[in-house]
Amino acid sequence: MLFLIIKRILLGLITLFIVSLITFVGTEILPGDACTTYLERQAFGEQLEACYRRLGLNVPAYERYMSWAVNAIQGDFGYSLSGEMPIKEVLGPRIKNSLVLASAAIFIGIPIALILGIVTALWRDKLPDVAISTVTIFAMTIPEFISATLLILIIAIWLEWLPGIVIVPTDVSFLELLPNIILPVIAIAMIMTAHMARMVRSSVIQVMASEYVQMAILKGVPYWKMVFKHVLPNALLPAINVVALTIAWLLGGVVVTEVVFNYPGLGRLVIESISNRDLPTVQALAIILASIYVSINLLADLMTLMLNPRLKTLQIRK
Amino acid sequence: MTEIIQKVKNLSIGFKSKKGEEILILRNISTNIKKGETVGIVGESGSGKSTLALAMMGYVKHGLFTIGGECEFNSSNLLKMKNRDLEKIRGRKIAMIPQNAGQALTPNLKIGYQIDEALQLHSDLKEEEREQKISELLNKVRLPSPETIALRYPHELSGGQQQRVAVAMALAGTPDLLLLDEPTTGLDVTTQAHVLELLNFIAKDTGTSMVYVSHDLGAIAQVSDRIIVMYSGEIVLEGPSRDILKKPIHPYTYGLLKSIPKLSLAGLPQSMPGSQPQPGTMHRGCSFFDRCDFSEEKCKNNSPQLEYLEELNTSVRCFNHKSLMNDSQVNQTVNKIKTSLQDKEILNLSEVSISYAKQKLLDQVLNRISDENPTVKDININIKKGETIALVGESGSGKSTILKSIAGLLRTKGGIIKFDRNRNLSSDLKERDPNDLRIIQLIFQNPDESLNPNHTVEEIIAQPLKLYFGLKGEQLKKNIIDLLQKVRLGEFYTSRYPRQLSGGEKQRVAVARAFAAKPDIILCDEVTSALDVSVQAAVLNLLQQLKEDFGTTYIFVSHDLAVVRAISDRVAVLYQGRLCEVGPSKDVYQFPSHPYTEVLLGAVLEPDPDIKPKLVAEDIVEEKPPQKGCSFQGRCSRILGDICKNEVPPWQITNSGNSIRCHIPLKELQKDQIN
Repeated sequence: MLFLIIKRILLGLITLFIVSLITFVGTEILPGDACTTYLERQAFGEQLEACYRRLGLNVPAYERYMSWAVNAIQGDFGYSLSGEMPIKEVLGPRIKNSLVLASAAIFIGIPIALILGIVTALWRDKLPDVAISTVTIFAMTIPEFISATLLILIIAIWLEWLPGIVIVPTDVSFLELLPNIILPVIAIAMIMTAHMARMVRSSVIQVMASEYVQMAILKGVPYWKMVFKHVLPNALLPAINVVALTIAWLLGGVVVTEVVFNYPGLGRLVIESISNRDLPTVQALAIILASIYVSINLLADLMTLMLNPRLKTLQIRK
Repeated sequence: MTEIIQKVKNLSIGFKSKKGEEILILRNISTNIKKGETVGIVGESGSGKSTLALAMMGYVKHGLFTIGGECEFNSSNLLKMKNRDLEKIRGRKIAMIPQNAGQALTPNLKIGYQIDEALQLHSDLKEEEREQKISELLNKVRLPSPETIALRYPHELSGGQQQRVAVAMALAGTPDLLLLDEPTTGLDVTTQAHVLELLNFIAKDTGTSMVYVSHDLGAIAQVSDRIIVMYSGEIVLEGPSRDILKKPIHPYTYGLLKSIPKLSLAGLPQSMPGSQPQPGTMHRGCSFFDRCDFSEEKCKNNSPQLEYLEELNTSVRCFNHKSLMNDSQVNQTVNKIKTSLQDKEILNLSEVSISYAKQKLLDQVLNRISDENPTVKDININIKKGETIALVGESGSGKSTILKSIAGLLRTKGGIIKFDRNRNLSSDLKERDPNDLRIIQLIFQNPDESLNPNHTVEEIIAQPLKLYFGLKGEQLKKNIIDLLQKVRLGEFYTSRYPRQLSGGEKQRVAVARAFAAKPDIILCDEVTSALDVSVQAAVLNLLQQLKEDFGTTYIFVSHDLAVVRAISDRVAVLYQGRLCEVGPSKDVYQFPSHPYTEVLLGAVLEPDPDIKPKLVAEDIVEEKPPQKGCSFQGRCSRILGDICKNEVPPWQITNSGNSIRCHIPLKELQKDQIN
């Protein structure tokens, strides 16, 4: 078991190393660099040379990668070009904001998704299922920029209940941020919840049709006891991995929603730094997002391993 | 008269088709189960036997519903009962033992909990008493060390042990009626015989009534007092089990009994033409009309009623049962096998060993397999052209493993596989040239999985023809149709998809695909075990016919010794990946000489209440072959002592050319068995 965990962590680190290499090589291959972007038309002769020297771009690529990597491990990603401030300081509040958004969506979305999924599966083909399934399929198919725009139109513009876009500074306190995140959370949670509810539904239906559930019924196990003891533990096990991917997606992948609501999260930072050709920030973001994916997936796998007796004993035997 | 505990009255169960028609799965079933008796329900897949058994617990599967009739237990109709009331009957009064215990035990709950759950629900015992009771129950079903078994998860037990746990779970509520849905179908022959013996013991010991559902007349014959034969949702014959097995007075039962291969008879059983009608396609008249040898004009338009014959205590659904009554001794008329054996070696395995052990990194780099005690070892077999050789043994005996290695799907650890005396077949599939691949073809157990569901029959058969012979256009089409005719399928099958075919038809397509490559050797991996008995006989006959036409060599793997007896010229008995005995099938079956062969043959169930299985050895599951000595030492009842534990037994050859690998001298081996 311990050996397995160590192996998985090592594999994760190798993944991160490869990701960092790819982003570094990618930014090297692109025509132009930080100095040409920064100096624009003055990017020639003395000035360019001076800029190269100042940013340390005059040494060979592998040396730059090495020094970048050593600093990055210590949490120092260098300086952002556009704002001329340490990337650490740029990232900090953005990560916090993304975490706030993601955790709000998770705490609201996942319980609802589980409940909807289980309800639709248990009342399969009956009224609750038909009604909820129609809604979830609908929610799943509307792209988030449409639902987000509609939410702004109805709730912010017509009803004037909540602010439509986030215009507070990046580093406000949580309470000040709160009214601003309600609409983005709804927009994200809708899609996420719908997807997960469908997943949970099919997983529960599959387990309900299994022979061991039929056996439990024929053994005389009361319905709800059967659901909680025999069905749910087995049906929700595969959901762990889906939840993990959703969390990772929430932290870095909800670009569209963040842009529509002007929300200062990580997703928007990615777009901004790419369009500003702020390559050091892009590199830092790539590494951070990759580590989020790797670590959350690792956690999910370990949880599955702990909860599934079949996998657990297999590992011990080996 | 004994008390009736379950009364099924005019029961019809069905589903609504897309067009809204009611389609019946069970049609007007009436029968009674008496206290203390064991009733066998037999029928092929799709006959409605499992649906009937489940209805007896008031359970109707999702998608099906009761159209009429009732299942009466303690004078209340289970099918109309509320779930809350059913929960008090299920497990306590009526309990079920499922077909596949491996799937029927909840994977995340420990064995002990699952039995305890039944006890909590159906008894007033306190916690400590329950714990004791769990041990008692596990003891009763003869599981070793109950305390440790109770703490295990289902997947940590073998198939036979899981089935025993399911029996213990059913007994926890001390039910009056036990329903058994194919309880031994997935098990090895020896395990099956042991489980049946246990069930018989429980029936006598507790006086519980049992309903035993199976497609296997052999198993039914061993346990039941009374037999119900079902065909396409109806009862066609019901009566005392001895009469039904010895003198079946319904043409379907008659044909079914004739199509079962028997150990005592060499050669192929007779097949029954056609297949059971699908639900919803039934017309007027008798549902067995198409396949019946005794049918008349009136059978076509009038459906016979179930008629009770007082003198035989039997109910039968046939107009012509009287003519069958006079002549219904099941004399198996058997097509004698023509042996097309030639004295030419076609495949030679020498010193073949195969390992499943995980390679160490160093070995992977050096591309070698180092395993001192491989799964399969010392296989030496010499196969002649036109021969049918069968590999038999329980699961884990390595029979399928050897087949895979011959096909090149699994690398051997050592040894040589030689084709046609001079051509070495590489153990690595990638190194075999197209001709090496063509000469050996495989037919798999389950045609549902071996045929691509998105290809038509034409595309499936065309593939080898295109690949090996580069056929195109008209010529390709002609070849496909020829092949289809060879396997007795018409031209119109070309455009069909596998899902539109019945099980037997699918397997015929798989056979046609194998023959399309014009192979010298065909490997048959349990080719009939997914098929119904009547279809099985037809496929066996077809394989035999094709072999005579093409002079093909078959290597046949099966766990069913009667099937092997019917089709093979020579048998190789395997235990734990080591050969025990090789010899002509008539000798192996008549003088079972190796102690393991004796165990295997003793456990075979014949559809005859007078032939009881002999249980010679314990059905222990061994995980790994022993490091040294005889592979069978762990279970052998005739073990001699240290010699068996330390030395690999020598080959001994009998007068009839039968090779036996045992330390016991031949004379003693034979002497004991004749007695």
